[in-house]
Amino acid sequence: MPLTSNAERYNARDEKVSAGKLHATQYLVVLVLAVLAAGMWRLQILGVENYRVLAEANRIRKDPVRAPRGRLLDREGRILVDNYPSVSCYLLREQVKDLQTDIPLIARGLHLPAEQIAATLRRYGSSPKYESIPLKQDITPDEQAFIEAHRNELPELETRDEQRRLYPPGGFAAHLVGYVGEVSEQDLNSSKFDFYEPGDVVGKSGVEQTYDSLLRGTDGSRDVIVNSHGKEVGQLGQVLAKPGQDLRLTIDLDIQRVAEQVMEGKIGALVAMDPHTGEILAMVSRPTFDPNQFAVRLTRNYWSQIINDPDHPLMNKAIQAQLAPGSTFKVIMTLAGLQEGVAQDMHVACNGGATFYGHFFACDKHHGSVDIFSALPYSCDTFYYTLANRLGIDTMARYASSVGIGVKSGVDLPEEAAGIMPSEAWKMKTQHEKWYAGETISVGIGQGAIEVTPMQMARAVGGIASGGFLRRPHLVFPDQLTNDQLTAMRSTYPGSGDKTIPLTVENWQIITDDMANVTGPIGTAAEAHLEGIDFAGKTGTAQVMSHTALAASGKGHNTVPNAWFIGIAPRRNPDIVVAVLWEHGNWGNNSAKLAAQVINAFVTKQRKHDGNIRVVDTPRLDLLKTSLPKPAQTTPAQPPAGE
Amino acid sequence: MRRFSSFRDFDWTLLTLVLLMSVISVLEIKSATLHTKFHNFDHKQLAFLMVGIPLMFLISVIDYHRLLDLAPWAYGVSLILLVAVKAVGTKVLGARRWINLGGGIHFQPSEWVKLVLILTVARYFWGLAGRELSWIDIAKAFAMVCVPMGLVLIQPDLGTALTYFPVLVAGLFLGGIRPKQVAVLILGLAVLAGGAWLSGKRLKPYQQARLTSFINPDADPKGSGYQIKQSLIAVGSGGLWGKGTNKGTQTQGDFLPIPYTDFIFAAFCEEHGFVGGIGILLLYFLILTRLIQNAQQASDMPGTFIIMGVVAVILFQIVVNIGMVVGLMPVTGIPLPLMSYGGSSILFTFLALGIVMNIRMRRFVN
Repeated sequence: MPLTSNAERYNARDEKVSAGKLHATQYLVVLVLAVLAAGMWRLQILGVENYRVLAEANRIRKDPVRAPRGRLLDREGRILVDNYPSVSCYLLREQVKDLQTDIPLIARGLHLPAEQIAATLRRYGSSPKYESIPLKQDITPDEQAFIEAHRNELPELETRDEQRRLYPPGGFAAHLVGYVGEVSEQDLNSSKFDFYEPGDVVGKSGVEQTYDSLLRGTDGSRDVIVNSHGKEVGQLGQVLAKPGQDLRLTIDLDIQRVAEQVMEGKIGALVAMDPHTGEILAMVSRPTFDPNQFAVRLTRNYWSQIINDPDHPLMNKAIQAQLAPGSTFKVIMTLAGLQEGVAQDMHVACNGGATFYGHFFACDKHHGSVDIFSALPYSCDTFYYTLANRLGIDTMARYASSVGIGVKSGVDLPEEAAGIMPSEAWKMKTQHEKWYAGETISVGIGQGAIEVTPMQMARAVGGIASGGFLRRPHLVFPDQLTNDQLTAMRSTYPGSGDKTIPLTVENWQIITDDMANVTGPIGTAAEAHLEGIDFAGKTGTAQVMSHTALAASGKGHNTVPNAWFIGIAPRRNPDIVVAVLWEHGNWGNNSAKLAAQVINAFVTKQRKHDGNIRVVDTPRLDLLKTSLPKPAQTTPAQPPAGE
Repeated sequence: MRRFSSFRDFDWTLLTLVLLMSVISVLEIKSATLHTKFHNFDHKQLAFLMVGIPLMFLISVIDYHRLLDLAPWAYGVSLILLVAVKAVGTKVLGARRWINLGGGIHFQPSEWVKLVLILTVARYFWGLAGRELSWIDIAKAFAMVCVPMGLVLIQPDLGTALTYFPVLVAGLFLGGIRPKQVAVLILGLAVLAGGAWLSGKRLKPYQQARLTSFINPDADPKGSGYQIKQSLIAVGSGGLWGKGTNKGTQTQGDFLPIPYTDFIFAAFCEEHGFVGGIGILLLYFLILTRLIQNAQQASDMPGTFIIMGVVAVILFQIVVNIGMVVGLMPVTGIPLPLMSYGGSSILFTFLALGIVMNIRMRRFVN
């Protein structure tokens, strides 16, 4: 039998392996297993605390939960700026094996240039590794699908749901609202941004910037359980985000809409304000920009287009354009002349100009005999040259400053410009030269070194028409702020604020009646007259170049004068003041027609509200010292070209 | 003289221990693959066992002496298979280790060769008839093991190639190598290994990386250093009692790499703690002790050699695998016998156990 023969052959020699060697093997087994047990002891008994911490750190990640930003509402609670849900893509650097090799794939999937990703990485190079880097905001559904599909190849990509800003389209109210953007590395290093983290969205201009601390709310966080791919598999706990505060603005959407319409296609600004309170009803600057483009993926193209536009779309011209006010300044001159007791009995014979200090100053017409009642409606330069000469620059500067010229108004917007009100001291300080009396004459008609903003003019004229009560202009109802916040805001945006200037009742009536006559039949803004509405104001046609330079240069676009108009309704204690600056608008009357539309819209709305009970505040002629001057013989059919 | 073997002499104790181990293995594979695409691996492991156990009984009834007679032939076939796998094998993760037999079955010759080597070495040392080993004898033994080892190494499969080495060591030790010869050999091997280390050309980049990361685990946190680190965290955070079945955060969160094969012991230690891990070591101790007893009781020298070859392979794999998991050894990719998922590994183990049973059943044949 083969079986047996096999066994016998192998057993033919009776050899055995020595038992000692097998015992040695047994000892070896014990020794080896003991060493392994010791290894386990080291980890599981001695190192358990340490490894438990590491295991927890592995699987638990703190994810920020962004607080939804407060919405911006108009004065009637209508939504001006809203939020919408969006998805952003973040990069988790801790998850990356070799980022450089992944960049081309990420770039393709997220439709980003590879250089941009590299630049983002460099920008966050100094921040701690565990912080995720915002790669792209507001990604599209197909980009989202790309990230989901590449979970294993690109574990470093993560999506987060966020709320994004939705601004009105077409740059509507863009300058007052402002825009938000990602906080810059530079900002992060300044102490003001202590509470901010990379990727945070902050207000970068307008109300968004001023009230950022209220609007932003407090971010929460979630402790999420993740697997090794960074994929969320559960949640441990969370700190809820505190949503930002909704802010009710003083803006009236109905008025804002009209203001946007009238300024469309022009360069300049319009401010409408309630002089009783300083509440800004509308604020427009042109050209405008689209804040939605800033909220997400600002393209290089759009940015360079905005930055290189010679008309400065980002500039809020309502508070930042500093230009000569032209004849609108005559309202302030009238105030100074009357309060000083100089203008009441002044009679000036206008023969198309006058000579002061050996230099002839032109008026655009032969107004004949002009007094304080006709000078403003006519906008007679000769009268105001004479008045300026009588008052002197420092008296003029004192009155101008008292109504906020050359001083920030303190509006709750960043980067307000102060303008310039020249004086002897000002010239000495800035140019180290003595003031020449001849320079005073031009300032009397709002030319020369004087520079104002539309906001300043609205506040000054509104304040004078209110009997000398000037208010701090504002865009947010202050009752939404705590006292501390209000104090902090006002110290951040200082200005002349609420104030009262001396103005006698008589003088008040003269000035306001004068302004009413500007839109009357003899006035420079007769064409803007609103039937049935007590609409008053003052035109201004401000030369952007001197007459001689104008003649030399030929008629280029830039030499066309700026058209100003400051309108009020009603003439005394007005409910609304509208300042219009139309750059290169040619003459003040053009702007008056724009202001008239806004005022008409305002009054019409109010009357609708009040059930037509508001009656027209007709001028009380009995209060006037003299009757209205008869239209001068030279009254032109056309408004004067150069007031 | 009894001429027939009997299942009365079948080692039921050993089988019980092995089956207990297998059950633990299936349960841990189930837990480790719960939330992954491999969630049916516990069933597949059961299926492998269902094939392996009958094969064990089958091979136990064929006289191992016949197997010894066939060993030279099997050895030749093995070499051919190893060459073939390099030529026509299926490439997985950069290595050709498998021959596709069709029907979704892949055959890994290198595991099979392990068994053949154990038999070949046993037969070789029996043939030396107990005389003192000459350097020629030793050289022949080396050649016998190192030729298939080299063929596996170039697949490349460092882990499996290394498991051939204990077969040689066991043979030389039991075959009566003298201490002086051992010293010379160790010195020679050290010089050889040192040379290879310095040139670095013998190791694939990922193998170099594994060795580097063993020395400095933080060098490549997402590569093999990452594997060791996650393994240490898994074992360490398990603590005394473990986190419980299906509750290992490292295992379930996919932090632990391949927790159903090479790192199954880490997964087990995370979920069942030091106590559970020691239980496994105890089971291995009992199994190995039982095997050594069987080796002692073998009726002839080749029987002892075969069983001790099996012991050497199993012990070596335990040391290298658990040593790796607890951070005492570099990452080599050697499965843990009776625990790791894998058909080839199970078939080897149960075929080897079948031969052990075979030897035990014939211990009173004379």
